[in-house]
Amino acid sequence: MTEDATMRGKAAIVGIGETTYYKRGQSPDPEVKLVLDAIQLAADDAGIDVRDIDGFAAYANDRNDPPRLSTALGIKDLTFSNMVWGGGGGGGSGAVANAVAAVVAGYSKYVVVYRGLAQGQFGRFGQGADIPVAPGAMAFTAPYGLLSPAQSFAMRIRRFMHEHGAEQSALRAISLATYRHAQSNPRAVMYGRELTEEMYDNSRMIVEPFHLFDCCQENDGAAALIVTSAERAKDMKQKPAWVLSAAQGSDYRQAATAHNSPDYATSNFKTLAPRLYAMAGVGPEDVDVLQSYENFTGGVLMSIVEHGFCEPDEVNDFFTLENFSAPDGKLPLNTSGGNLAECYMHGLELVHEAVRQVRGESTCQVPDVNVSMVTSGPMVQPVSDLILAADRGVDA
Amino acid sequence: MSAETGTYLPEGLPRPGPAIDGLGAEFWEAAKRHELVVQQCRACEGFQWGPEWICYQCHSYDLTYTQVSGHGIIYSWERVWHPVHPALQEATPYLVVLVELPDAGNVRMAGNLLGDRTQDVVIGAEVEVAFEDKGEGEGDEAYTLVQWRVVE
Repeated sequence: MTEDATMRGKAAIVGIGETTYYKRGQSPDPEVKLVLDAIQLAADDAGIDVRDIDGFAAYANDRNDPPRLSTALGIKDLTFSNMVWGGGGGGGSGAVANAVAAVVAGYSKYVVVYRGLAQGQFGRFGQGADIPVAPGAMAFTAPYGLLSPAQSFAMRIRRFMHEHGAEQSALRAISLATYRHAQSNPRAVMYGRELTEEMYDNSRMIVEPFHLFDCCQENDGAAALIVTSAERAKDMKQKPAWVLSAAQGSDYRQAATAHNSPDYATSNFKTLAPRLYAMAGVGPEDVDVLQSYENFTGGVLMSIVEHGFCEPDEVNDFFTLENFSAPDGKLPLNTSGGNLAECYMHGLELVHEAVRQVRGESTCQVPDVNVSMVTSGPMVQPVSDLILAADRGVDA
Repeated sequence: MSAETGTYLPEGLPRPGPAIDGLGAEFWEAAKRHELVVQQCRACEGFQWGPEWICYQCHSYDLTYTQVSGHGIIYSWERVWHPVHPALQEATPYLVVLVELPDAGNVRMAGNLLGDRTQDVVIGAEVEVAFEDKGEGEGDEAYTLVQWRVVE
């Protein structure tokens, strides 16, 4: 890869902001106000005037469009307005990649990446649509009671568990680690709500193999972060979280309808992960801390395997609470509590936590973090990834 | 079977329909005749599912729907315990299976596995298609679901 074809070290995340995170329906504010709040907090954190933001990058069909936001905030010149297609949190890191691309291409000075969600205001993701007719692709699932995200993904996990002998304890370890980390994080919606092995085992089944605690929350809130060029990042208020690589991807025909993706038991990172590591110039052995998107624990299981942290047939040994716990587990995982226990902010809160780990400001800080990684949105199309670092890693 | 209606899941779930551009209409019409069809390319004879306007293998637009045997293999499954739709409040647990069709290029179809809702489901087990007529009365309101039953 030539220097020209990489974003490595050419941009950084220099500001993060997030609203209070609420259980769904408990936000006193409408969604757009939450987004405006988060953007202003991110600008404050970066030490810039919010009017200096000139680019907007979002994902998951965010309802709050850049023309409205930039008008509301009095942005002087909207230079970049961008959306990663696809539902779920698959675009979380991809939106950061697009923000970096805009900065590196010279379109924009400061791009804000944002996500707002008020499931109380706009409807819950965890419910099936109450509509008379399911058209097109939905017709092959909805009439059979195959309606919610949990139900859509459970069969992929079941197939992976069948092929590799993965046990329920592997899923449980992910859930326990996220809840453990949330107990140190006052922002977390599940702060003060400890989860034990017994509570997990006795929790009600949502859809086999998912217990209640294998499933993400439904929340209200907003998060935003600011990306700028290496040149600007060097002299700003915060320690830069350098972007070593960020990219999106989707394997061969992964969006085939009626559950027909040729490779089925996958989180959809098999083509992306090698590209990500190649651009960053690091491998899984270099990753100090991982934030891995949990729509459901089973998605994390396959994501961790497909990013080369362990072999598929070794998951029962590798997936333990000890290995995933900060500060000194083998692979500290979702150190803010993530989608399961901090807040389901469609995974943008995971990017914030990756930044905090680089800055040394996490409530579950891993010592001497250099490489801090995010995987966004397993089992959707496209998915995306981000590798941040404390060391810029290129000649300045 | 639900005592009230005699169908596996109660009435009230969304009924199946073609896409807004008509894609998939032939499948649901065939199901009403109790025929299982899969989209097939006339040019390269490849099967594909779900339906699309182009053959992903040879890019021909000359696609048809071919009747297949209805013999399948369970590829994956799930048992749903938490109802996420008003119609399902009294209907859990229920089983959803993903079935591979060996005589249609191993395309997969999702459906309910009829019979005991607490049965052990075995990946690799042989199943056969079962057509379940549903809906109120005649015309647009009536429809047929493609379901599956373990081969004894």
